[in-house]
Amino acid sequence: MSKLRILVPIKRVIDYATKPHVNRTQTAVMTANVKHSMNPFDELSIEEAVRLRERNTTPVEEIVAFSAGPPKAQDILRTAMAIGADRSIHVVVEEKDALEPLGVAKLLQKVVDEQKSNLVILGKQSIDDDAGQTGQMLAGLLNWAQATQASKVSIEGESVTVTREVDGGVETLKTKLPMVITTDLRLNEPRYASLPNIMKAKKKKLEKKTLADYGLAENLKLKTIKVTEPPTRKGGVKVEDVDGMISKLKELGAL
Amino acid sequence: MATSSRVLASLRRVSVPRQASPLLQRFQPAIRVRWAGTTSATSEPHQPNENGTVSSSPAPAKAIKLTSETYPELQRNSKFAKLSQDHVKYFQELLGSESAVVDGLSKDASEDIEPFNSDWMRKYRGQTKLVLKPQSTQEVSSILEYCNKNRLAVVPQGGNTGLVGGSVPVFDEIVINLQKMNKIRAFDEVSGILVADAGVILEVADNFLAEKNHIFPLDLGAKGSCQIGGNVSTNAGGLRLLRYGSLHGNVLGIEAVLPDGTIMNDLSTLRKNNTGYDLKQLFIGGEGTIGIITAISIICPQRSEAINVAYFGLESYEQVQKAFSEAKTQLSEILSAFELMDGRSQKIVNTVTGKRFPLEGEYPFYCLIETSGSNTDHDSEKLQNFLESVMESSIVSDGVLAQDQTQIQDLWAYREGISECLGHWGGVYKYDLSLPISDLYELVNDVRDRLIEAGVVGDDDSFPAVDVVGYGHMGDANLHLNVAVRRYDKKVEKLLEPFVYEWVQRKNGSISAEHGLGIAKKAYIGYSRDETMIRLMKQIKNLYDPNGIMNPYKYI
Ligand SMILES: Cc1cc2nc3c(=O)[nH]c(=O)nc-3n(C[C@H](O)[C@H](O)[C@H](O)COP(=O)(O)OP(=O)(O)OC[C@H]3O[C@@H](n4cnc5c(N)ncnc54)[C@H](O)[C@@H]3O)c2cc1C
Repeated sequence: MSKLRILVPIKRVIDYATKPHVNRTQTAVMTANVKHSMNPFDELSIEEAVRLRERNTTPVEEIVAFSAGPPKAQDILRTAMAIGADRSIHVVVEEKDALEPLGVAKLLQKVVDEQKSNLVILGKQSIDDDAGQTGQMLAGLLNWAQATQASKVSIEGESVTVTREVDGGVETLKTKLPMVITTDLRLNEPRYASLPNIMKAKKKKLEKKTLADYGLAENLKLKTIKVTEPPTRKGGVKVEDVDGMISKLKELGAL
Repeated sequence: MATSSRVLASLRRVSVPRQASPLLQRFQPAIRVRWAGTTSATSEPHQPNENGTVSSSPAPAKAIKLTSETYPELQRNSKFAKLSQDHVKYFQELLGSESAVVDGLSKDASEDIEPFNSDWMRKYRGQTKLVLKPQSTQEVSSILEYCNKNRLAVVPQGGNTGLVGGSVPVFDEIVINLQKMNKIRAFDEVSGILVADAGVILEVADNFLAEKNHIFPLDLGAKGSCQIGGNVSTNAGGLRLLRYGSLHGNVLGIEAVLPDGTIMNDLSTLRKNNTGYDLKQLFIGGEGTIGIITAISIICPQRSEAINVAYFGLESYEQVQKAFSEAKTQLSEILSAFELMDGRSQKIVNTVTGKRFPLEGEYPFYCLIETSGSNTDHDSEKLQNFLESVMESSIVSDGVLAQDQTQIQDLWAYREGISECLGHWGGVYKYDLSLPISDLYELVNDVRDRLIEAGVVGDDDSFPAVDVVGYGHMGDANLHLNVAVRRYDKKVEKLLEPFVYEWVQRKNGSISAEHGLGIAKKAYIGYSRDETMIRLMKQIKNLYDPNGIMNPYKYI
């Protein structure tokens, strides 16, 4: 019976609880001195990989966390290892040269080959670009089965059952390894990184690589023309106090 | 924690409220509780309605027992005049706008007036017929001058979130509410000094400062309602005291109106000013007894970019103390909070909210530490070293470190949610005490033993008390001793008081660390201050307010 070799690609993004601001030239969101964390969907992926190991219905041989991003992406790889990844790979890509989904998928294809992974768990989207394409493109490039937006995953031997939430209900898919899974909100609740595990994670292997190591080069197909903040809400008047509000409501016939 | 609601929220990029779990609403206390009202303890706003039932939302104002009934020994002081039509007319002419005077004398305005008569805990209720909302210092001055001349008693009121009944009338005192004095007057980005009207809401001030990369040196659970003038008047402590110190140090100047209408302009923006007695200090924590604060100037620190939160489980209170001294030594200037929670309090949060425990095992004590600084890498390194050392030396048994903003909020919720969750069974007796750090938790054990011995604590409805828990601002040696109850019960009350106060007195502690005296603690000041001190305080009161019109029946 085959063992699971899980690859979990993760991304460093602006912390979801932080309000992003667009830069003056309207070319990008400002990232300097802004709190960054792991993309929330990726936390679900790493947690699910660790749970698969804990459930042990199919033994997990290795969990590898992977990130392509700026040097600081190391922080989230350490977090992933504190949660339970065995080691990690970091392809350093400076923020200004950030990859597009297709670029990431092509890179992941190489990593899957190199690592002999048979299961890739990705977030269904990253909350910065909201492209929601990488998992699907990767499955296409690998010519593997895929199940997107998973809310439940179980694996018995080679056979994988994935429940996905679809409009108005759930859909249950069954397929065989190897495959690509993307995670959705209700899949699990990621654990905290415990201090003993944070300490252990420091000693785990973190390999630094470049695009060239995988025989790839930057090949951007898209150009960002303009980034703008959502229009500020119009209308609304400010009342002086509660009394003012009541008389305003009366005036509008709401009371 | 990526709960589903959280990630949903992530897509909309809304910030998660710190408290108020919707889960809480599912747990309505099922038991009937009557507020007995004979203790001086603070409580949660779950007082009974007319039928004696308690719901999870605050009781309607009219269901609250009148303070004059709760304290039958208090008599209205006959030296104060009764409000007349002439008085009301004077104020209407003075303040002009209709919304500035809530007149319950010439017409039935009880709906409009009740919120000003009853307090946040739903424990105290006065009977004023008049609320005034001045818009300027000059108006406050004219009001007080007139009241003083006519012997009309008054209650200064801010956000009305005080926890000792100080902000509402006892009888028919006129409420002077500062909500219309809500302008930020000036902010100096170089010095960080903010000058603002007393009625500015704390959260508004803090948001204003956040835009300018600064922070208000005070934060507390009531920030969305309380006013900075109210904060200064109660000398509120709160969550940032460990790092930024007390208002006695941060407030640089005060503009106040004395009972005779005199405007005291001490709105200095100087850090150093050794020219005579520092009279503004009397107004900090003065609880509206010697004058009305109309504006303050306060020094505000730079807001920290890098915030980290860790949560520990520890085996004993000794270990907690060791962890605290290690934190001070190793984290020094970046340590911004060190909060203590006992195992029972955390279990209650877990039971009531259904949120999973941050740690796997259970421990008798937990601590939450927060660091804030300007340099993420520097802070992380310090924190890592600290965490390693307390783990390796077995001072802490287990712990977690928040990896993102959401986890920071979730860990804080385990501390900040205690107060609300304790009210789940119906009521809480709450004591806010200062004690020497080495003795801090012993009181909780003693009180628990005492209640268990008396047979009033237990798991089913036949026992009035659910549990005795302790938590608080360890960094400030400030303990919150809380007794969660199913109903307010004379026997429990007799076991608690004066036992708790005598215990605190023996250790030279304070019977009110941060909430003040108001009406609730007035009778107990003797446990923390000697006769000479009380006499000197009374002299001050008489000097500033010879007619005693300011916030009578309270404080000292
Ligand atoms: C959920 C919650 C959490 C809290 N947490 C903390 C905490 O962590 N630490 C802490 O120290 N306290 C805490 N408190 C209590 C705290 O004292 C008040 O919340 C706050 O400081 C009072 O501000 P306020 O504007 O509501 O004042 P009010 O309640 O309106 O008034 C309080 C007292 O000050 C007087 N007063 C108000 N404004 C003026 C003025 N302009 N001039 C003169 N006198 C005035 C009133 O007469 C009254 O005696 C908490 C309260 C709540 C409800």
